[in-house]
Amino acid sequence: MSTDYSCLEQIDKNPGNLIKGLQTIQAEHSYIADEAIVATANYFSMAVVEVEGVVSFYAQFKRTQPGKFQICVCDGTACHIKGSTLMLDWISTELKIADGETDADGFFSLETAACLGCCSLAPVMSVNGKVFGNLDRKATLKILKEYRKK
Amino acid sequence: MSNRIKKIKVGMASCGIAAGADELYKILEANGNGIPLEEVGCIGHCYAEPLIEVETDAGSIFYSVTDTKQATIDNIFNLGEASRFGISEIRAAKENVKITRLCGRISPTDIDEYIANGGYEALQKAQAMSSAEVIDEVKISGLRGRGGGGFPTGMKWGFMASKEADEKIIICNADEGDPGAFMDRSVMESVPHQLIEGMLIAAYATGSNKLFIYCRAEYPLAIKNLKIAIDQAYERKLNVINGKPLEIIIKEGAGAFVCGEETALIASLEGKRGMPRFRPPFPTDKGWNDFPSMINNVETFANVPVILAEGGAEYAKIGTEGSKGTKLFALAGDLENPGLIEVPMGITLAEIVFDIGGADRDSVKAVQTGGPSGGCIPVELFDTPVDYDSLKSLGAIMGSGGMIVIGQNRCMVETARYFLDFTHRESCGKCTFCRVGTKRMFETLERITAGAGEIADINFLEDMGTKVRSGSLCGLGQTAPNPVLATLCYFKDEYLSHIENRQCEALECPALVDVEIKQDKCIKCKLCIKNCPVNAVSDDFVIDNTLCTRCNSCIEVCPKDTIFRCKKGDGYYSG
Repeated sequence: MSTDYSCLEQIDKNPGNLIKGLQTIQAEHSYIADEAIVATANYFSMAVVEVEGVVSFYAQFKRTQPGKFQICVCDGTACHIKGSTLMLDWISTELKIADGETDADGFFSLETAACLGCCSLAPVMSVNGKVFGNLDRKATLKILKEYRKK
Repeated sequence: MSNRIKKIKVGMASCGIAAGADELYKILEANGNGIPLEEVGCIGHCYAEPLIEVETDAGSIFYSVTDTKQATIDNIFNLGEASRFGISEIRAAKENVKITRLCGRISPTDIDEYIANGGYEALQKAQAMSSAEVIDEVKISGLRGRGGGGFPTGMKWGFMASKEADEKIIICNADEGDPGAFMDRSVMESVPHQLIEGMLIAAYATGSNKLFIYCRAEYPLAIKNLKIAIDQAYERKLNVINGKPLEIIIKEGAGAFVCGEETALIASLEGKRGMPRFRPPFPTDKGWNDFPSMINNVETFANVPVILAEGGAEYAKIGTEGSKGTKLFALAGDLENPGLIEVPMGITLAEIVFDIGGADRDSVKAVQTGGPSGGCIPVELFDTPVDYDSLKSLGAIMGSGGMIVIGQNRCMVETARYFLDFTHRESCGKCTFCRVGTKRMFETLERITAGAGEIADINFLEDMGTKVRSGSLCGLGQTAPNPVLATLCYFKDEYLSHIENRQCEALECPALVDVEIKQDKCIKCKLCIKNCPVNAVSDDFVIDNTLCTRCNSCIEVCPKDTIFRCKKGDGYYSG
């Protein structure tokens, strides 16, 4: 059964809205699947490669299904010097997934961001957009534990 | 009680929410017996978040509310002395809060409150003048682009005004991609109307009819507040300039640092890959869909209402010869009081880092300005005044205003590696020197921090750095080598130590450190044994550095701080 990409229809067919279209699909389906690229290309009357080119250019677009809880470790300058590399390491060890991966049961996925803009609370991470600041190892693992219960 | 509480304002910008302001808001609401609560933005003192302002008949009292115990909440409603927050005198003396005057003091989404505080008066004043007079006022003010380039804003407006076209576009660059910078986020979240007012004045002065705000998608609250503010401005018909309603459109970026470059930003606005192109033609000649387009940064636009309100000449009284007005900086890193600051141009780095930031004089090694495009300035040169030209002469740049304080315990080679890791991934790939050169530089730095560097690597970095700088089309490539060249200039001994002695003096590079337990202070609580992910701690509390991954788990968990990183070779190895 093919996936429903009717969410595109609220957007004007002008190719200038391509990024907006892809963002809408990702908001609805949480990632950009191969068939979403074909559907988008058809909608905007563009070549599939053109759409693929835009998708691969921007860091925001995900090509694989993320977990139920998306963990995003900030690796901005302030977070980096405050130990975000270690934080990534702790989470990675705890969840047994590397940066960019999703765990086997699709519960957690892990990624890094260039900056979440909360530099004064460094190091920070976000889970599904909720930002947690001033993290050490204990606080980080506690947050994971709480989400695991959900 | 004689001193009645009129209103409580809760700082609910992203940083406040991350510190727990939303939970605090709910508790205050439940305990407040109907005292009006208001969500406001950020006053810049992020280190004290969550912050609330209690408005009373006798003036405002600030509280820094770091817990939500009943006693703490009661203390606030009783206007108690505990956990009161005051701006330190020394900071108050050095700062000059003009552009962010209303940040965190008014509700970002209440247009009436903005108007009651003088908002949109500058727009009215501008419309009573001729458009040429408005541009002259901006020229007199000496305002230079706050996004990093430092191009004179009035001159850019002048170019734009002289163009004849069916459509003329104004674009606000709100793609604050520079890691470690959050000035624009703060302004958009806290005073979105000020940005819109600045853009409308620019539209009037240049005769433009379409306004875009290109904001990064990582700033959901900024986008939300801007949308509300735009709707309110439409409702009041404030967007009607010369009898015609102007459209203000928010476009969300999709995560590409290079889109901060103006031609790349325009390509992205058109829905394409954000690749820069050769200039000329400049965007004011051929920009969005080939229409004349003018791009200014959020902070630049936020300055405009202030300039119009007080006059260009008055504005120009603050600052140095070539850099006028005040500048916002996002201060973060190894210091006491991180946050958003607004200082007059020409203030010294020492005043910012030590007096305002509260950093310890003995523990600071350098400050990084301008993010991945900038350079680090060592503590010996902290007497340098902060303006566009002085920073440039030191191999750094003003940049958009990110300022990261680097402590003595940080490795500068690792810092350079970090920035190149960022820029080589963010390179759009168009220019060979940027695409391949930054990657080779990054790989070389990886090798050095891994303890496998050679002395020839230093020459390579210097040589390649200069070539990437001159062989790239846009600002990303032209400035990408800056962090490497600047650290090579000021901290060459650290590079040499990594290469010749295979040591990281700052004990930061994992490949060049060992970990050991100071046996005399160890209380044998076994927490390190339990927490080690690779079972590197033996039953008699010795860390085997053959197994250890230097993840710091044991160091973090040790209750007596008896576990340390030490020089490579000083730790125990089983095999």
